[in-house]
Amino acid sequence: MAEIVLMRNFGRQDSHTLAGYRATGGYTAWEKAKGMEPAAITEEVKKSNLRGLGGAGFPTGMKWSFVPKTHTGPVYLVINADEGEPGTFKDRYLLERDPHALIEGMLITARAIRSAKGFVYIRGEYVQPWRIFSGAVKDAYDAGLLGNGFDIVVHRGAGAYICGEETGLLSSLEGKKGWPKIKPPFPAIKGAFGEPTVVNNVETIACVPPIINRGADWFAGLGTKTQGGTRMYSVSGRVTKPGVYEDSCAVTLRQLIHDHAGGVSHTGKLKAVVPGGGSAAILTADEIDVAMDVDGLKAKGSMIGSAGVVVMDESVSIPEALLVLARFYAHESCGQCTPCRESTGWIYKMVHRIVDGHGRKDDLDTILDVAKRGGGTTICAFYDGAIGPYISYIEKFRGEFEALCRS
Amino acid sequence: MPKLTIDGKEIEVEAGTNLIEAARRLGIEVPHYCYHPGLSIAGQCRLCMVDIEKTPRPSIACNTQAADGMVVHTDTERVRDTRRSIMEFHLINHPLDCPVCDQAGECWLQIYYMKHGLYDPRMTDEKVHKPKAVPLGPHVMLDAERCILCSRCVRFCDEITGTGELGIFHRGDHSEIGLFPGRDLVNNYSGNVVDICPVGALTDRDFRFQVRVWYLDAARSICTGCARGCNIDVHVNRRRPHHAEGKRVARLKPRFNADVNAWWLCDVGRYHYDFVDAPTRLTAPVRRNNTGTADIAWDEAVSGVAEALRRYSPDQVGVLASPRMANEDLLALRRVLEARAMRQVAYDVPPPALAEGDDFLLRSDRAPNRRGAELIGLGGDTGGLMASARAGRLKCLWVFHHDLLASGWPAADVRQALDRVETLIFTGTNANAISERAQWVLPAAAWVEREGTFTNFEGRVQRFRSAVEPLGQALPEWDLLGRIVAALGGTPAGGRAELWFRELVRTVPAFAGLSYQAIGDHGQLIPGATSAGAPTPPGRRVKVHG
Repeated sequence: MAEIVLMRNFGRQDSHTLAGYRATGGYTAWEKAKGMEPAAITEEVKKSNLRGLGGAGFPTGMKWSFVPKTHTGPVYLVINADEGEPGTFKDRYLLERDPHALIEGMLITARAIRSAKGFVYIRGEYVQPWRIFSGAVKDAYDAGLLGNGFDIVVHRGAGAYICGEETGLLSSLEGKKGWPKIKPPFPAIKGAFGEPTVVNNVETIACVPPIINRGADWFAGLGTKTQGGTRMYSVSGRVTKPGVYEDSCAVTLRQLIHDHAGGVSHTGKLKAVVPGGGSAAILTADEIDVAMDVDGLKAKGSMIGSAGVVVMDESVSIPEALLVLARFYAHESCGQCTPCRESTGWIYKMVHRIVDGHGRKDDLDTILDVAKRGGGTTICAFYDGAIGPYISYIEKFRGEFEALCRS
Repeated sequence: MPKLTIDGKEIEVEAGTNLIEAARRLGIEVPHYCYHPGLSIAGQCRLCMVDIEKTPRPSIACNTQAADGMVVHTDTERVRDTRRSIMEFHLINHPLDCPVCDQAGECWLQIYYMKHGLYDPRMTDEKVHKPKAVPLGPHVMLDAERCILCSRCVRFCDEITGTGELGIFHRGDHSEIGLFPGRDLVNNYSGNVVDICPVGALTDRDFRFQVRVWYLDAARSICTGCARGCNIDVHVNRRRPHHAEGKRVARLKPRFNADVNAWWLCDVGRYHYDFVDAPTRLTAPVRRNNTGTADIAWDEAVSGVAEALRRYSPDQVGVLASPRMANEDLLALRRVLEARAMRQVAYDVPPPALAEGDDFLLRSDRAPNRRGAELIGLGGDTGGLMASARAGRLKCLWVFHHDLLASGWPAADVRQALDRVETLIFTGTNANAISERAQWVLPAAAWVEREGTFTNFEGRVQRFRSAVEPLGQALPEWDLLGRIVAALGGTPAGGRAELWFRELVRTVPAFAGLSYQAIGDHGQLIPGATSAGAPTPPGRRVKVHG
């Protein structure tokens, strides 16, 4: 097992306080970063192979470097704390147990991208994390860490999954309906309030202070060749010890389930695993010897996404599991663009009919065809996420679906 | 300027041009719903997909700007397949109630299904149900089930009128267009959302269930609602006279003119046509004397009016022309005046209440041709003219269109004037208090029943064309006035509006150099005039973020 980096303070009773954070070396990275050129910070993060931990896995340093150097107006740093991917609950732990890690990471990031204002967009349902994080922000202001060239605005969402999509989040932050924006322009060029904006996940930014403190090489060495560091895996479902576990990006799915989460519960026999949140394609029991980094899962036709691992044992009905997700996507589609708006509802109706025993076998081909046809045609990645489960659940467990259908 | 290739044809376009517009210039139509050249890019309908070489998957043409060296294909198998899918998505929850939908026949769901869809429907589940027949305001009705959520109407109210009445509410396939709480779609441009709605979701309450669109004919025309002269199409129903209670004019639709009205038309102008088919229309010349009132033939009316004009000395005759008359009519009237050397002419009758313009297209001057009347030299002292009438110095008064008893003048003054006049002549389209007591009534064709030109407030001369035949025996005013010119011994310019226009160009310096050909569909400025173009929409005057 790799060194614990992100959850290093979680065992302390006072980990959420400024004093507790300082006691374990908190804000020393910020002191160090203040002596670095902005470009040097970005360079260090690039070298660390840190990739976005919210879902897309985009190289973080590269994202920062897209902000136009010649821009004279404001640049915004927006933290995506709208954690809503089914099966994901890691950012909640960070906000509650190490809020200053995020604040310190934001200070350093803001220096790198020359931002004077950061927004933290917290999922509406996260009341406790919001309270704790807001308290930490207040303490940071009182200590003069904030308010001297960098300010943080804490903003609460109102309960829409789509506001976790980075441009949907920006629309919502601007006071509009949380609809994703058409790209181009990308947020780094024209983001929040029309200004260049970097949107990063909570966990991603919490990685920044250790990178600055201990160096890019150390961080890169914790992971795989293409992704550095450790990350937090939310493991849930049919395991003996569900919870959040930190390990290297190179850990395998089997290790996570067996070494960390105590193995498969209930029947004890593994049927399937969702490796990276609801939108990741499902893996069968014999596909779990896979490295949990961006490229490892990509090679298996799935994705690491937000690293929300949902384990299903033999007693779980895959069609019913798909029904839960199909309802979720139909309910959460923002409705802005046509393929997603119309087909998430349509597919939900078809899956519902199948689970109810009124399905026809050709419904399965219709779902697959509709899902594939809509893929890649939408404004944002929501629908491409939705088709991950639609297609993989049916293709990998077709027999279970057919057994429910009339011939 | 980027040079790109679309479907094998090269074209150079201005930087910033999107692929829909670039293709349009080559005569290639990229199907689309949410894109509208007058509105911001939404990228929502996803229908305008095209293939761009070196791009892994189809891109939306509306949000892709032409770039140098770009190679675009609008008709690959992959594009056709994508369009088919998008059409299917658009239609799965659509009620398919075309037989009772007013949009049928001009519906882009129908058109694109036939052109780009033609798949076998697979949707067998219950469709999503939404509100139907919801009045949004005085002019617009919403059927949310027919709506494809292209957001054009929402963007119109945000970006053009700046009034923001509409929004899209709820999520997913339950999304629907609606009014913000406490709002109604009440703005002077509300009718435009019906024009830009590509489907039958927004219909005009004035037009609903009146006539099927395939029975309509269209003629290019000019709005007469104010002095701007917005370009319009007049849609008339000549083929099913038993529909819509015999109303021939079914609706007015804006016609694009970048220099006047862009794509838009205000509601004041849009609904300013009821008089054309109103029961009050004057359909035959009338003679009224102490033996009674009689419909008469034009010959008798013309000679009767000519005789009346001859009977009085020129200073005993007053003429109240109208800024609603076309340039040709005004010139013909001037010829009548010249034939008898009459000088007492004016056109400015004060309205009962001063009209107000709005902050966009509508002008406070509600007449289409005040500038023309002024340039053709019919301006005079209206008040003085009425004072002479009241003083008994006028024996004959010829009123065009005006209802003096419903004007800004005190009714008692007008009555006094009318009582002292021996011969009252009225020319107009509809009966009013003046026609009711006139000795001679000469019925005029409405503007949609004839050709002509108006000069707008900027000095732009624009043509309007005949959409229907004149009602009854009504004649274009240039025609009836030409007949009177002849009866007075003069030579009328001719039997077509264009001949009068040519004479106008030849004899009135303000119009020098103009021609029907040059006016075309765009209009032509009179010498020395300059145009500010269509005004910036109110919704675009404040900088909005994002």
